[in-house]
Amino acid sequence: MALLEVKDIHTYYGNIHALKGVSFEVDSGEIIALIGSNGAGKTTTLRTISGLMAPREGSVTYDGEEISRMRADLLVSKGISMVPEGRGVFAKLTVEENLDMGAYIRRDGAIKDDLKSAYSLFPRLEERRKQFAGTLSGGEQQMLAIARALMSKPRLLLLDEPSMGLAPVLVDGVFETVQRIASEGVTILLVEQNAHMALQIADRGYVLQSGEVAISDTAANLQQNETVQKTYLGID
Amino acid sequence: MFKWKTDEFSWVDFTIDVLRVLIVLGVVVGAWNTLSSGRITLAQWVNLFAAGLSQGSIYALIALGYTLVYGILLMINFAHGEVFMAGAFSTVFLAEAFNRTGFLNDQPLLAIPLMIMFAGLVSMTVAILLERVAYRPLRGSPRLVPLITAIGASFFLQYTFRGLYGSGFKAYPQVKILQGAISLGGINIPIVQIFVFFSALALMLCLYWLVERTRIGKAMRAVSENKEVARLMGIDIDFVIMFTFGVGGFLAGSAGVINGVFRPQGVNFFMGFIPGIKAFTAAVLGGIGNIPGAMLGGLFLGVIEAIGPNLVLAGLGIPGANQLKDVIAFTMLVLVLIFRPQGILGERLSEKKA
Ligand SMILES: Nc1ncnc2c1ncn2[C@@H]1O[C@H](COP(=O)(O)OP(=O)(O)OP(=O)(O)O)[C@@H](O)[C@H]1O
Ligand SMILES: [Mg+2]
Repeated sequence: MALLEVKDIHTYYGNIHALKGVSFEVDSGEIIALIGSNGAGKTTTLRTISGLMAPREGSVTYDGEEISRMRADLLVSKGISMVPEGRGVFAKLTVEENLDMGAYIRRDGAIKDDLKSAYSLFPRLEERRKQFAGTLSGGEQQMLAIARALMSKPRLLLLDEPSMGLAPVLVDGVFETVQRIASEGVTILLVEQNAHMALQIADRGYVLQSGEVAISDTAANLQQNETVQKTYLGID
Repeated sequence: MFKWKTDEFSWVDFTIDVLRVLIVLGVVVGAWNTLSSGRITLAQWVNLFAAGLSQGSIYALIALGYTLVYGILLMINFAHGEVFMAGAFSTVFLAEAFNRTGFLNDQPLLAIPLMIMFAGLVSMTVAILLERVAYRPLRGSPRLVPLITAIGASFFLQYTFRGLYGSGFKAYPQVKILQGAISLGGINIPIVQIFVFFSALALMLCLYWLVERTRIGKAMRAVSENKEVARLMGIDIDFVIMFTFGVGGFLAGSAGVINGVFRPQGVNFFMGFIPGIKAFTAAVLGGIGNIPGAMLGGLFLGVIEAIGPNLVLAGLGIPGANQLKDVIAFTMLVLVLIFRPQGILGERLSEKKA
């Protein structure tokens, strides 16, 4: 059974019909890439899954449970964690306080250990732990946003364009990190403009076009697909 | 400062500049006259300052409620003065009972904290109900709507408490241990002022600890910065907002008892109005939404109110200067709104926040 099953969801912003029947599945342990051009509905899809928005029609099933009308904060305790588009670090909280907020729902004693492993994943954050997150560079903020999302110990991690606005050197680092997180058993749904990198680390992928799934295939096949090459990989 | 370029000339700027010069002149001339006349001795100035600090620390406690709520909802809870009244008015009966049984004067160090707790809890309950019943259903509506609701809620609370306890004036009983004064280098400072200042300070330190060090305090700051991302952390926004109202309410209620010890008279259903506006002024002075700002703004307003009339107004030959305290407070509010709307410590409000 799939860990996440999105079935024919229609999501609106007022009258704007942003998702027109999107369906896909994510199995436990997979890295799934969601690619598509600007305005295709990638962010809307993640917002619908994470509970920030509710679909008008369709269903979202997570771990066998229908969650499409559930509140975002409750879904975090069920194991869904999201790195929002544009990072969304709390600028006026310190780096460490941001990480504490990531662990807000937890009451167990292992939080300190997880803080340590977050710092070993991103040593830069440890150097800056007492600094306000707003003073970090863009790349450091992205690291913080990912580390923070991991602090809730998610089973499913939703990443919205983690490579956005980063220098090419840092982009490689981000994708390596995503792979490392996946290798520890976290299932990943990755939204990316950088289709090239995303398809390299993903198992399967879906191409969104104007609020609908246009193509779905394994990552390897998508890399060979002519339309994908032309539109999203920039290969003629 | 002055804009000399005629192509940018605007009557508003010009008027504001003229106003600015007149105010500075008035303050300087008034202060000069007073100080050179030597009418008020140094010891008297120190006394005025100490009284101002105590009054100011009460304003600060109430101001924190405005600032906490504004920080999290960008909304001014104009019924906050009534939240203060609820605790202060309800606890006067407890204080009377404590006084009758002799508990108040036998064990003042136990009785007063109990009264503070009680008032805090009453005001906290009122603040939470206010949020739940009057403000939460209106969240997301245009800004004017909750503002008007707040005024309605103010009247509702005033007349509810009038219905509960009657319209007469009550007074807090005197606490014997707090009577008298101690002499510091030849200057007599009333003990009650020292008590007021330090108990308010203790409460403010507790708040600081809560906001800076605890999980819920961090969540309050996170919610005030970005509600959507806060939800993605698993934070229950509604709970945090309710908690924030509760904390502001608790501080207002405790201020009610501290105020009752400081100025026992004048307890009735209408007593929240003036302190409410003064505390709002203090919060704006310090930069609304800014916690240390509300504390400093309160102290600053208290001191200015105590010293200003004697220093400036009396020096300008205005009769009955001490009766004009409130004029000073509200003049300050208007001046801050004109010259420095972001307050002493506040950041300039962006379009979005303003
Ligand atoms: N807040 C909003 N109000 C109205 N329409 C919106 C809003 N956010 C997104 N939309 C519309 O919904 C559609 C899908 O937007 P979405 O943000 O999901 O795209 P995206 O695939 O994430 O794009 P990008 O790659 O640029 O981030 C777009 O047509 C967009 O204009
Ligand atoms: Mg997007």
